[in-house]
Amino acid sequence: MKLILTEEEQFLKDTAKSFAEERSPITHFRSLRDMSDPMLWDKNIWNEMSKLGWPGIMIPEEFGGSNFGLSGICVVLQECAKTLTPSPLFASGVLGAYAINNYGTKEQKEKYLPLIANGELTTSVAVDESSHHNPYNTVLIAKKSSDEYILSGKKNFVIDGTSSDLLIVLARTSGEKGDSTGLTLFLVDPTNEGIDRIKLEMADSRNYANIIFDNVKISSKNILGDIEAGGEAIDDVLDIGRIAMSAEMLGNSEAAFETTLDYLKQRKQFGVLIGSFQALQHRAAEMFCEIELTKSSVIAAMRAADERSNDVQRLSSLAKTVAGETLHLVSNEAIQMHGGIGVTDEYDIGFFLKRARVAEQIFGSAKFHTERYANLSGF
Amino acid sequence: MTNLEKFREDTKKWLDKNCPPSMRNGADPKIPVDEVWGGRNATYKNPESKIWLERMGEKGWTMPTVSKEYGGGGLSKDEVKILNEELFFIGAKSPLLSFGIWMLAPVLLEYGTEEQKKLHIPKIIKGEIRWCQGYSEPGSGSDLASLSTKAEDIGESYLVNGQKVWTSYADKADWIFALVRTGPKEPKHDGISFLLIDMATKGVTTKPITLISGKSPFCETFFDSVEVPKENLIGELNAGWTIAKKLLQHERAFISNFGLAAGMGSKRDVVSIAKKHLGEENGKIKNNFYRSEISSHKIKEHAFGLTLKRAGDEGGKASATASMFKLYGTEHNKKRHELMVAASGINGVAWDGDEFEDDDKNLTRAWLRTKGNSLEGGTSEVQLNVISKRVLGLPSQ
Repeated sequence: MKLILTEEEQFLKDTAKSFAEERSPITHFRSLRDMSDPMLWDKNIWNEMSKLGWPGIMIPEEFGGSNFGLSGICVVLQECAKTLTPSPLFASGVLGAYAINNYGTKEQKEKYLPLIANGELTTSVAVDESSHHNPYNTVLIAKKSSDEYILSGKKNFVIDGTSSDLLIVLARTSGEKGDSTGLTLFLVDPTNEGIDRIKLEMADSRNYANIIFDNVKISSKNILGDIEAGGEAIDDVLDIGRIAMSAEMLGNSEAAFETTLDYLKQRKQFGVLIGSFQALQHRAAEMFCEIELTKSSVIAAMRAADERSNDVQRLSSLAKTVAGETLHLVSNEAIQMHGGIGVTDEYDIGFFLKRARVAEQIFGSAKFHTERYANLSGF
Repeated sequence: MTNLEKFREDTKKWLDKNCPPSMRNGADPKIPVDEVWGGRNATYKNPESKIWLERMGEKGWTMPTVSKEYGGGGLSKDEVKILNEELFFIGAKSPLLSFGIWMLAPVLLEYGTEEQKKLHIPKIIKGEIRWCQGYSEPGSGSDLASLSTKAEDIGESYLVNGQKVWTSYADKADWIFALVRTGPKEPKHDGISFLLIDMATKGVTTKPITLISGKSPFCETFFDSVEVPKENLIGELNAGWTIAKKLLQHERAFISNFGLAAGMGSKRDVVSIAKKHLGEENGKIKNNFYRSEISSHKIKEHAFGLTLKRAGDEGGKASATASMFKLYGTEHNKKRHELMVAASGINGVAWDGDEFEDDDKNLTRAWLRTKGNSLEGGTSEVQLNVISKRVLGLPSQ
C-alpha cells in the first residue's frame, strides 16, 4: 500500500483543480447563498461535472462509470472543497453509487447506476434521527404488510435531502433503538405519498432536509441488500462516506491555510509584515504539520478502502478524527489571523469556518470516532 | 535461483552460523544484556555481544549500504531489505549503537577526503572507535552558530580552546566531531569549521552531567590548548556550518523515530499500563477520561506513523520534513510518557526501593529523560522556526 497518488489520480486531481478554480470559484458559492437558491447547488455546474464523468468514478464500466475507486473521487472532492463547490457528488457519486453497487440486486444496479453515473439521478442517504450521529439509534419503523413495507418516522439532516431523486433509508424492521441488528435499507422514491421534505437552513448554506415518512408504502423489491442486514451495510457505506468527507475536509483545511498564509505575507502592522511575528509563525508551522498528518491519514484510508483491507473501519475513524480536528484548528486560526476582516461576511474565510463545523458533524464527530477507534483497537 | 534468492539463502546460512544464541529470539533471559556502543574501552557483560559485533563488523553489515572499500557491506537496497528481514526473522539484536553510524559516517561520505574516509569509516563500522558530538556550548544552545570554542592556526596544527556541553557519552568516547570557530572576524555562520579530535589528546577533559532522571548520558567537555593535526579538518576551512546542518538532519531523522510507540502489549505500551493500573472491563480501559485521552493520542501517533511512511514512499524530501518529524516525534514521545505516568498513578512517579516494581521505576526515569528529546538536536521551537521560514516562506523580522 503506497501512500502516494498514481499518475492517473494526479491527472484527475489537476483537472479537478482547474475546474474548481475556473468554473466554480468561491464567488459562485457566494452567489448561490445570496440568491437563497433553493437547491444551493447549480444544475449547470453539475452537468459539466457529469460530462467529465465524475459521478461515475466509483461505478463499474458496465454501468457507465469509470471504476476509478474511492481514491479517484476523493482527489476530486478534495479539490472541489478548496473552492467550497457545492454539488451532489458526495451524496450521489460516493454514497449512492457505492451503496447500490455493493448491495444492490442486478435489477437495482441496472436501473440506477447508469443514471447516477451520468448525473441524471441524484441520491441521498437518510440515516440519523437526532442531533448526534448514531445509525443504531434508528427508530423509523418499517412494518411488513404482505409484500410491502410501511415506513413511519422521521430522518434528520439528510444531505441533499431537498433535491435528491432517490432516498436510501435506514429503517428498523425489528429490535429496539440502539441495536445494531434489526435494521434494513430501503430504496425510496421521494415523490411517494406520505413523504414530506422540510428544507433545513444550516450555517454552511448547503442542501439538507429533515424528511417525514407517514405510512409510506414501499415494495419489498426496493429493499437494498439483505433484510435485517442493514446495520452492517450502512456501517460500510458510512465508512466510505467518512473517508470521502475527510478528503473534502482536507481540501477545506488546505485552502483556508493557504489563504491565511498569503494574508500573513501581505498584511502590515507596526511597519512590518505580520507573518514575521514568531507568535504567528509557530502557529502556522503547527497547522502545516497537522495538515501533513491529515494528508497521510486520508490517503491511507482511501487506499485501504480500495484494497478492501480489513483495517478500513479503523482508518476511516482515524481519517475523520484527524481531518476534523485539523479543520477545526485551521478554521479557527484562519479567522484569528485575519483579524477584523476575518469576521466580516464580505470576506470568504468565514465560509470555511461555517462549512467546517457542519462537516465535522457529518457521519460522526471527532469525539464519536475517537471512541470508535478505541473500540476497534481493543481498548 | 535469482541473485537475490541466492543472497537470501547465503544470508540465512551465515546468520544461522554466526549469530550467537544469546543475540537472537529465544535467548536465555538470565544472560545479561549489553547496550553495545563499541570503542577502545568497551566492556561486555556477555562475551557473545562482542563476538556478534566483531562478526557483523567484519561483514560490514553494521552499515550495509556503504561500499566495501570503506569497510561497508557493499549491498544494494534490495539486498539490505533482505538482510533486515532475515535479521528481524531471527530477532537479532542490534550489534552496535553508534553516533558514528547515525551521524558522522554519512557526512564523511559526503564531505570527507578519500584518506579521511578510508581512515575513519572502517573503524566506525567495526565499532572500534566510539564517537561523540561536540556542538552545543554553555553560551550557544539554540543559537548554535554563535559558538566560541576556537581553533587557531599554529602551522602544522590547530590549537583548540573552549568548552562543549551536552556531549553524549563524552566520558566513554574515543573521538569527538566538533564545531570550532576558525574565522573569528567572519560573519558567525561563515567562521565555523568541522574538526575531528582524538579525546586522548593532551588537554581534553570531560565531566558528566547528572540529569533529572538520575542518569548521566551527557558531559561537559573541556579543551585546554589541545593540538589537533590539520588533516583532521573535514571539508573546507570555515565551511563547517553546511556540514553541521547536514549532520543535524541525520540526527533529527534519527530522533524522530522515538515518536513511534513500542508495540501493543509491551511494557511501555500506554494501553497495557492503563489496563493494569486502571482496570479493564470488556476489553476496555475502565476509566473513560483516560481512555478518551489515550485514544486521541493513539490516533495522532498512528497518523504520524503513516506520515513517516508517506515520506518514505515519496522518496524522502528530507530537508523540508526532517524538522516536522523531529518536532512531532519528540512531542508525541513526551506525551506518551506523560500518559503512561498518569495512568500508573502513584507508581508512575516511583523512584527507588523495593516497594515498587522495576517497570515502574524505569518508567519514571524514562519519562524524565523524554523531557530532553524536544531540546536535543534543536528544540521544538527551533524546528517551528525552520518550518515557518524554509517550508512556509514566512518573512524574517
